[in-house]
Amino acid sequence: MDGNYILYKLILASVILLISLVVAMYSTLLERKVAGFIQDRLGPNRAGIGGIFQPLADGLKLFFKEEFMPGTADKFLYILGPSLTMMIALLTSAVIPWGNSFIINGTEYTLQVADINVGVLYVFAILSIGVYGIMIGGWASNNKYALIGAIRAASQMISYELAMSMSIIAIVMMSGTLSLKDIVDQQHGMNWNVWYQPLGFLIFIVCAFAECNRSPFDLPECETELIGGYHTEYSSMKLGFYLFAEYINMFISSAMIATLFFGGYNFPFMDSLNLSHNALTIIGSMVFFVKIAFFIFFFMWVRWTLPRFRYDQLMRLGWKSLLPFAIVNILITGFVIMIKNHM
Amino acid sequence: MSANQNIGSLSGRSKVVSNKKMTFAERIYLPAIFGGFAITLSHFFKKKVTVQYPEVNRPFSEIYRGLHVLKRDDEGRERCTACGLCALACPSEAITMIAAERKENEMNLYREEKYASVFEIDMLRCIFCGLCEEACPKEAIFLTNVTVPSDLHRSDFIYGKDVLVEPVDKRVDISHRQTSEVLAFKKDKNQSHNS
Repeated sequence: MDGNYILYKLILASVILLISLVVAMYSTLLERKVAGFIQDRLGPNRAGIGGIFQPLADGLKLFFKEEFMPGTADKFLYILGPSLTMMIALLTSAVIPWGNSFIINGTEYTLQVADINVGVLYVFAILSIGVYGIMIGGWASNNKYALIGAIRAASQMISYELAMSMSIIAIVMMSGTLSLKDIVDQQHGMNWNVWYQPLGFLIFIVCAFAECNRSPFDLPECETELIGGYHTEYSSMKLGFYLFAEYINMFISSAMIATLFFGGYNFPFMDSLNLSHNALTIIGSMVFFVKIAFFIFFFMWVRWTLPRFRYDQLMRLGWKSLLPFAIVNILITGFVIMIKNHM
Repeated sequence: MSANQNIGSLSGRSKVVSNKKMTFAERIYLPAIFGGFAITLSHFFKKKVTVQYPEVNRPFSEIYRGLHVLKRDDEGRERCTACGLCALACPSEAITMIAAERKENEMNLYREEKYASVFEIDMLRCIFCGLCEEACPKEAIFLTNVTVPSDLHRSDFIYGKDVLVEPVDKRVDISHRQTSEVLAFKKDKNQSHNS
């Protein structure tokens, strides 16, 4: 491990951090645009051409808002909440393979910050900590509505985490590895996992919506019942962090869906193009981002199409439908693998 | 059976609630969800209804009832004679005026001996019904297709003669708001105001 390598990883990590933030920033604009277009409106279009400066204006507005902290709040935890949420939202991006690799002067530079051999486990570990940011924030506010919102969010996220992990286990069984890069490499060309695991994909994407607290499972936030949910007492940029983390989560979730089920940076006919390895990597990364963009759009599309679930319906769907289906999916996958091995 | 069913609904609009079991397709939600996606996507590509307001104005009807104008006659004299009929007709009591007597040297300013030295309409009270226009015997007040602009203070919405009276060199065309009856009335030489 020489200095060059460390420098390269540092630059890559910074670039990915930057990309995550910029994508999340412009997701907020895209969300409002998509909402507008679906409702036969135009969405924000005053700040710059097509509203291109709208996210900057929104961020600036949040910065200049009054920083209000309830007198009875636990000061340390109150600040820790949004910080933790933001940090955890950004952590997952470390193991996602954003592209294949560049070979420069015989050295291979992979477009992945850390190709750890337990990538999938790492993602789930980070995902589980994600609950803490919301829970701590809601509890530290010392407000009953914030607390109820946080409890709701926590129970929802824990419930759906189970089914989500179960749906991934089928993928892990198929590919026989926990490394995300190996999982992507096995989906060469059009050999995507979604063709083999349609049920697993369905379960995963539904759980992803619930994990991101996105509509139709956006129950932690509701104006009429909870005055805003776990971030009721937050204002200024702390609130901004919570809201912003939601969009980063959405970006990361889209990246995970693309990685696990839609072949990551693989694209059809990639072998018949007769391109060099480096050129293929560049195109692959672009294809990966197109896939991510589609899923971000899909997240928004769902939000502006479906009405939200009631809380008992949410729990019933999670525990009584998705979890059993995920287990059945594992059984079927195991059965097929067994038959294949004995033939 | 409850008594209600024997009587039936009094309004005749009650519906019998159907609690039938959902079919399999309904229970897995997915067909309905994809149906919803199709609807929202079709709206995504539809023509947008937004009017880009400051740049583009929504076309108003010819007889839109907007900001009032106090008309002058052909010689540029104010038609209003401060009779107060518009204020009387106004259902929201938005109009106030103070009458004054015309001086010898003001013959070219006011059409009749009496005129309104102060004429104010509170645009926040006004409901733009057009009853003032109907009540006016002198063809002095009309509603135009100009909207009242927004402002910051309530007091700024009380429009005086400086805003309401049409400028001599920039006459406001209100011909489309004059019905045939009004025009006939205007041409009637038996009426004193046309003499």
